[in-house]
Amino acid sequence: MSVYLDHAATTPMADAAIAAMTSSLSKIGNPSSLHTQGRATRKDIEDAREVIAKNAGCLPSEIIFTGSGTEADNAAIKGLFWKSGKKLIVISAVEHHAVLDPACWLVEHEGAELIEIPVTADGVVDLDFLKKLIAERGNEMALISVMHSNNETGVIQPVAEVVKLAGDIPVHTDAVQSFTKVPLSYEELGVTSMALSAHKVGGPLGIGVLVLRRAYEIPALLHGGGQEREIRSGTLNAPSIVAFAAAVEKSTYDAVQVAALRDRFEAGVIAAVPDAYINGVKSPRLPGISNITFPGTQSDSLLLLMDSEKVSCSTGAACSAGVHRPSHVLLAMGHTEITAQSSLRFSAGATTTQSDIDFALSVLPTVINRGRAAAAK
Amino acid sequence: MRVIAAMSGGVDSAVAAARAVEAGHEVIGVHLALASNPQKYRSGARGCCTIEDSHDARRAADKIGIPFYIWDMAEEFHQGVVENFLAEYAAGRTPNPCLRCNEKIKFAAVLDRAKAMGFDGVVTGHYARTQESAMGKTLHRAVDPLKDQSYVLAVLNTEQISGAIFPLGDTEKVDIRIEAGARGLAVAQKPDSHDICFVPSGDNAGWLRDRLGSETGPIVDQSGKQIGEHKGAYTYTIGQRKGLGLTVPTADGSPRFVLKIEPVTNTVVVGSREELAVSQLQGEKTIWCGPEVDEKPLRGFVQVRAHGAPLDCTYRYVDGRLIADLDKPLLGIANGQAMVIYDGDRVVGSATICESA
Repeated sequence: MSVYLDHAATTPMADAAIAAMTSSLSKIGNPSSLHTQGRATRKDIEDAREVIAKNAGCLPSEIIFTGSGTEADNAAIKGLFWKSGKKLIVISAVEHHAVLDPACWLVEHEGAELIEIPVTADGVVDLDFLKKLIAERGNEMALISVMHSNNETGVIQPVAEVVKLAGDIPVHTDAVQSFTKVPLSYEELGVTSMALSAHKVGGPLGIGVLVLRRAYEIPALLHGGGQEREIRSGTLNAPSIVAFAAAVEKSTYDAVQVAALRDRFEAGVIAAVPDAYINGVKSPRLPGISNITFPGTQSDSLLLLMDSEKVSCSTGAACSAGVHRPSHVLLAMGHTEITAQSSLRFSAGATTTQSDIDFALSVLPTVINRGRAAAAK
Repeated sequence: MRVIAAMSGGVDSAVAAARAVEAGHEVIGVHLALASNPQKYRSGARGCCTIEDSHDARRAADKIGIPFYIWDMAEEFHQGVVENFLAEYAAGRTPNPCLRCNEKIKFAAVLDRAKAMGFDGVVTGHYARTQESAMGKTLHRAVDPLKDQSYVLAVLNTEQISGAIFPLGDTEKVDIRIEAGARGLAVAQKPDSHDICFVPSGDNAGWLRDRLGSETGPIVDQSGKQIGEHKGAYTYTIGQRKGLGLTVPTADGSPRFVLKIEPVTNTVVVGSREELAVSQLQGEKTIWCGPEVDEKPLRGFVQVRAHGAPLDCTYRYVDGRLIADLDKPLLGIANGQAMVIYDGDRVVGSATICESA
């Protein structure tokens, strides 16, 4: 048996999404064309846009399709920065690289200043810090970006409170991990922009969404045919868009069940490895993500051993050559480089079963013992 | 057996991994990341530290059909190999970093980690052979004399040799390339790596000068008389004749050679060809690749460079020193070089040269 516990990286496509995509692939028609086939494709896309909008708590006209969640984050961070004419970017210390790296790029190339909002040991942004910072320098701020939930720990961030503190300052949120898993409403949050991704929710790879307030125009990253409010040119990816909507509409993700599996897994881990600890356990978290530190181990050894035992999990970040790096998220939560590199992320999804969890638990003691022996060398 | 195949991204380690699979082993491919920033030490796919190389290794593993991972050994490599390389030069010795890498990384850090993780050994693409006999598992030269790498493996002790698998030792390099092509490995025609993998330009002298300084100092003859000025002692090698910039001729007009580098006084000592010749080598930090040797003289061969010739000698081990008396004098020996003793094609052991006469 093989067990997939890396649903936060990507999760299997839903049957409904595969069916919708397959059907769309056999249709002809550029959605920008004016003829019958073009209009038919356009209709499919607009139907899909409405489905996604309804589930994301926004208006259909606020949806901009992109090529990925990363592109949506980039478009928002850079676009909001350029629009504002101000120089100060404020992001949480635990943002995904899709937010962190464009912010750093703006520092290096566009004269931006970057301030990170620290997080508590439990992984939640420090609102007092943000409040003080806004009081002192709010008028200089181009934007604030705080993710809805963290991809490594699953910790949910108080985005609505951030928006309240921000006042007129634009707020972006990366909601890629939260969408369809916990209640998420663009309108209720009150953010300026929000990023979503299809393949985290049972849709295909290569399609994302930037939700951006109506009539709130930002400079484009891609210029061309003027699609998507001239913010994201490029022929719309109809098969992926309709599959994204099908995955959302027919989602089989049961948050209560996934959370129960996660709790069972975490209890089993602590019983087997009493000095292991769960990062962010005291905070509100997504149902499916467990980030666990196993003292005296190295994550890359553990991943290899887990993989050998047919259990797929994640070490977090790796550089482009594939070298494991200590997670900036765990470092921000007070980890040392050593403990940060002794941690694994297990993430359950809609297709995870109790026998998956029990199998992973059954191989864990051997893996941890060997991992500890290897780290001691 | 369950084994780790160290895959550099080159043709040799790819074929070695494929052969290990065919031999019935359960093989897992591992690429060693030896620089914390892969572009830090070198760029271009010439050796073992680039993103392209890790990609090539991954694609070879895909083709062979084995799992593939990257192990970060950058810190171990920096401390055990790069720092050691600099420290040895700073002390006036001439080290071979490939030996240190085999000793400290591939068959120490990697093998230890592999064993702790439940693996039985490490497969590499080195050209060398092992044999089981009454002496245990022993290390031997490869059949291809031009590619033989037993010299750089002579730092492995018997336990390390017992955990090492060298599937290529019975084949000539030209046939390995043909085999790689037949196996559909994209690296079949990838150029061999040369030089020192962490010196990006191949300019060892310049690399050393950047890190150890290029303070000028005296060039003296054997009597201690200054006859010139050098441009940084580290950039000279024992036996070097050209580029000394000496204007004072010898009495008989014979050329001068670098005899010695003295880092404490930043002095380069030169002398005649005769003074360069040595007929006895003494080494410390001896490592036995098979049964240990004692003070009883034995006939065999000594080799002092990775692709040097085996030299007839009589060798013995006395008071912690491996001593080789050469049948014919040898020119240009530097302290820090490894002396490797062979009994026929079997590697007896190695030591670091600390004295020669």
